[in-house]
Amino acid sequence: MNAPLLSLITFLPLAGAIVLIFIPKEERRRLFIAAIAFAVAAFVLSLVLAVRFDGNEAGPQFVENRPWLGYGIHYHLGIDGISLYLVLLTAFLAPLVLLASRTSIRDRFKEYLLFMLILETGMIGVFLSLNLFLFYVFWEAALIPMYFLIGIFGGKRRVYATTKFVLYTMAGSLLMLVGIFVLQGTYARLSGSYSLDIFDLSRMVLSNSTQTWLFLAFGLAFAIKVPLFPFHTWLPDAHVEAPTGASVLLAAVLLKMGAYGFIRIGFPLFPDAVKRFAPGLAVLAVIGIVYGGFMALVQKDVKSLVAYSSVSHMGLVLLAVAAWNTISLQGAILQMINHGLSTGMLFFAVGVLYERTHTRMISDFGGVGRKMPVFAALFLAAVLSSLGLPGLNGFAGEILCFAGIFAAHKIWAVLAVTTVILAAAYLLGMYRKVFHGPVTNDRVAALRDIGGRELLIFIPIILLMFWIGLFPGTFLKKTEATVSRYAATVQSRRAEHVRTNRPRLVSEVTPELEAGTGETR
Amino acid sequence: MTTVAVVGLSIVLFVLGTIAFIVKRDLLTQFMAVEIMLNAANLAFLGLARGSGRLDAQVIVFFVMTVAAAEAAVGLAIVLHIYRRKKSIKTEDLDRLRG
Amino acid sequence: MPVFVFIPLAPVLGALVLFLFGRRLPRRTISALACSTIAAAFVFSVAAFINLLSTAASGQNILTYKLFTWISAGAFRADAAFRFDPLAAVMVLVVTGVGLLIHVYSVGYMSRERDYGRYFACLNLFTFAMLLLVLADNLVFMFVGWEGVGLCSYLLIGYWFEKPSAADAGKKAFLVNRIGDAGFLLGILFLWTAAGTTSFFSLEIAVAGSVIAPSLATLSAVLLFIGAAGKSAQIPLYIWLPDAMEGPTPVSALIHAATMVTAGVYMVARLNPLYSFSPAAGQIVAFVGALTAVYAGTIALVQNDIKRVLAYSTISQLGYMFLGCGVGAYAAGVFHLFTHAFFKSLLFLAAGSVIHALSGEQDLRRMGGLKKYLPRTYPVFLVGALVIAGVPFLSGFFSKDAILVSAFARGQWFVGILGLAGAVLTAFYMFRLIFLAFFGNERFPAEVKSHIHESPAVMTRPLAVLAFLSIVAGFTGLPAVLGKRANLFSRFLEPVVRPAAEGNLSLGAEWTLILASAACAAVGIWLAYLFYVRNTALPGRWAARLPRIYRLLGRGYYVDEIYGAIVVNPLVRGADAVYRRFDLGIIDAAVDGTGRAAGYFGKAAGLVQTGWIKDYALAVLFGLVIFLGVLLF
Repeated sequence: MNAPLLSLITFLPLAGAIVLIFIPKEERRRLFIAAIAFAVAAFVLSLVLAVRFDGNEAGPQFVENRPWLGYGIHYHLGIDGISLYLVLLTAFLAPLVLLASRTSIRDRFKEYLLFMLILETGMIGVFLSLNLFLFYVFWEAALIPMYFLIGIFGGKRRVYATTKFVLYTMAGSLLMLVGIFVLQGTYARLSGSYSLDIFDLSRMVLSNSTQTWLFLAFGLAFAIKVPLFPFHTWLPDAHVEAPTGASVLLAAVLLKMGAYGFIRIGFPLFPDAVKRFAPGLAVLAVIGIVYGGFMALVQKDVKSLVAYSSVSHMGLVLLAVAAWNTISLQGAILQMINHGLSTGMLFFAVGVLYERTHTRMISDFGGVGRKMPVFAALFLAAVLSSLGLPGLNGFAGEILCFAGIFAAHKIWAVLAVTTVILAAAYLLGMYRKVFHGPVTNDRVAALRDIGGRELLIFIPIILLMFWIGLFPGTFLKKTEATVSRYAATVQSRRAEHVRTNRPRLVSEVTPELEAGTGETR
Repeated sequence: MTTVAVVGLSIVLFVLGTIAFIVKRDLLTQFMAVEIMLNAANLAFLGLARGSGRLDAQVIVFFVMTVAAAEAAVGLAIVLHIYRRKKSIKTEDLDRLRG
Repeated sequence: MPVFVFIPLAPVLGALVLFLFGRRLPRRTISALACSTIAAAFVFSVAAFINLLSTAASGQNILTYKLFTWISAGAFRADAAFRFDPLAAVMVLVVTGVGLLIHVYSVGYMSRERDYGRYFACLNLFTFAMLLLVLADNLVFMFVGWEGVGLCSYLLIGYWFEKPSAADAGKKAFLVNRIGDAGFLLGILFLWTAAGTTSFFSLEIAVAGSVIAPSLATLSAVLLFIGAAGKSAQIPLYIWLPDAMEGPTPVSALIHAATMVTAGVYMVARLNPLYSFSPAAGQIVAFVGALTAVYAGTIALVQNDIKRVLAYSTISQLGYMFLGCGVGAYAAGVFHLFTHAFFKSLLFLAAGSVIHALSGEQDLRRMGGLKKYLPRTYPVFLVGALVIAGVPFLSGFFSKDAILVSAFARGQWFVGILGLAGAVLTAFYMFRLIFLAFFGNERFPAEVKSHIHESPAVMTRPLAVLAFLSIVAGFTGLPAVLGKRANLFSRFLEPVVRPAAEGNLSLGAEWTLILASAACAAVGIWLAYLFYVRNTALPGRWAARLPRIYRLLGRGYYVDEIYGAIVVNPLVRGADAVYRRFDLGIIDAAVDGTGRAAGYFGKAAGLVQTGWIKDYALAVLFGLVIFLGVLLF
């Protein structure tokens, strides 16, 4: 069977969006069903993909590679261990997000669904592109629907938030575009032919200064997206103003694009620059972990609390990336998924509260646990997953991150472990104020517990949390081959460079692979 | 000789048109100045075509003429519209694009 | 699959069913289910224990079973694997045995509560997590149980979550534990980098082979002990335990006395090769333990809440266990853990019975003269007090004595003397409690009096069983001087816990010590009698004479306030200031400033746009001229 599976997964949502155009906007039900159907179809296909994915293969699979615009611009899709679960996560969350919008979005429902589907295509495309130009196209394509989602469906300060969000990320991606052209030109000069293929480009050994500048250009784009301290201030604003679904996808998937960019592009393409910048990156990541934690501690709005917790959690992911060894990378990838699930669920849950009470201020709540026991239990599960309780998903990723970071640099790890305390402090502090204590106001007194549709959103996420927490092996084994190859490649590329510092092309990079062994012990 | 004369004439025309466009304050006159400039360009094309003995430039002249005709139609319509809204076609009054 | 693998199975299934359907099931079903799962676990534990005895005869003392590879990446690997050995056997028997009794007791104690299902679900989950903790084969898997019991503790302390104090106490417990857990996690990581493994078996080999550098061993041992100090409420992380008394009393008995809080002791005993390898770490453990024993004892002297007295007493007794482990007498430490589980849960449950009888009254100042009202609770309470006070030939006496003997035998005079001093305190505050609650005037209001009733059989029978166990448990570990059947307990543990190096304490010295500790108990009880029975005006007079000290002890040395003032408040306030001044004031302002600057620049550049078409034409002309000029010249 040679169906272009990856293209199908990527563009099914977009096809759904096109279909939606022809449905009149008054027919909410049909719009909703059509949108869900396409998103579910994409998810089902991604499951097929996951089943057929071969975990022993380190390189990309299901590759589709066709010339497109010339000058090395190919339509080149492929999936490997690094992108597999990010694609799955996106395809998994998208139907849930649409499901959640059924009641939360009252006006312009059709547009909302449209933008969501376009967004899904953009996000999946980013993770599947193996051509830098294509990557850039999807990268930007994911930005535009988000702009509208926040700008149209957001809260009071939505225009401010969405402008800030777009300008911030645009500033980064503009530099990335320049970087892409520089890479294209350099490659053409070295090899005599054009290519923007990520794997081709990673065979270039660039001079130190070129690497530095390029890494800074790409790094800024990724760092803003992650977001790395001090580029994080767009995040709380965007989250607070965004509608529930957009918040979920923003936190669960869009932020991962930054970390993914570092893993896929930043580190393999510029191994020597990374060597110089990794400590700086790590310092920023550590600051982000601690800083985000403390900021979350003093937030008054549940959403901005979760947003700052994302800064903290993504700091850990980035620190693990900076440590760059098999363990830490495995941890980083797993932790990205975990963060997507737990934070996504927290945003869903905040959405549930907001839909019922039209407030998100922590002080407006209290005693919700008595009124909504089922919801409280599910919320607690998300909180526990987020703070890394063993048995739930957060821990499996966290311990691998810690171990990998520890192997690379003990001091970083010691500082990173503070997140264990901070996460408990801000999350349980919030939980205490929202769910515990006596019922003090009428809004809370009038709450009713969640029903079937909301359970349908939460239950799959919770099950997945337990699955990853209890049997992370099923997930780790599919990514191990790719990750250990990546880890080893960059290491050996550094060694390669040390011998001579002259721009050139190295032949195929095939380091001796000892599957499963990290390098630092 | 004739080529030089023709091109010279076209330059004179063009400069006149330009000056008229800049100096005049009423849209309709400016519009006519633009027409003069266009035709100056046409003249240059023709003169040079004659001098070089090639047909390309003559072809272009046809293009310019069609475009000029279209431009005249659209332009006049715009001017009319402006007049209807503003009751004036003095360019001083048309400063809505001021930064 | 070996039988011990099934021990945690029933509780987790019970917890699962109760969490999912607990709100719909009738109470009878809930309690039957909850108790039967623990009973099943107990039966499995006994079976596994018997099985272990038989395999031990053939020299196989340590059984392991790997369920599956849990987390594995690169060189990091943690299995979901169980290890059943004498130490684990003791622990599972305590956990399921005492757990069963407390489950049964809870059926009566909690019978009028609204969220009956939730209570038993948490209790079952707790038992499961605790079993996981003691059965785990490696540190990472142990951490699952470690955090799991912390979670259940959080849930159960905050069982009455509508009560702000209970909700706060739960949160505090979790947070303080998390501080310890951060240390624990770092300890695991340091050990892993040093030894390349986290399994107890390989760690023991690594330590024995001196693979681990001594400094690293010390560091990781101390870090792990921070975790233990959090879980087992030692200085400086004990502050959560007194507040944890906000939870239902059976919970205090099970989690905050008998099992969870002893997890730290268990962990140290489990890693005894490491702590023996690093004398410095052992010394720190002994020191902290001894200090805590006395320190918590002094606070317990003046507490008026019956459960808080017991809470501080628990902290103090845990200190003894650490003292024992720290000086290298791991078996003695675990022995005290074993006996303590019985007598302290007995005391808590009996206190629960008293509270139950007095319609929820916990203040000793409003009790008194209860002896005649509670004919079944009083004797067991008295037994518990006698045992903990260290009256000779009861279990508490033997286990405490074993610890002190080891301390002195190793020349640890300082901690030994602290231990003796703690013994006096223990006897005093326990009998203060007895005298205040059961003797003297009836100080409760008439309305309460009309409701006083002895607890139902479902509550008093477990008490009787525990009382019996508290008395006899000591005979499993008789001191060496009492004949050749001595030290059964430590001999049983020998395969895992290296025997205390034979103390060079002479027989005479040991006898002296036994007499001394008996004397300590006597002095404590006598003083309590003097203060609270003979001359009841004395306490008031002392309090008036030393008001500062009295207040200082009453408020627990103001440690909560101090932590609040020097740690919590500065951090929260600092974070708030940073958020306002730096995050919003500098970073965000810089971002907005950039945006605004672009706007101003645009405005300035916009001045060029006059809107007059002539100006544009002129500009075009100039542009053309310049362009042509450049092109031509």
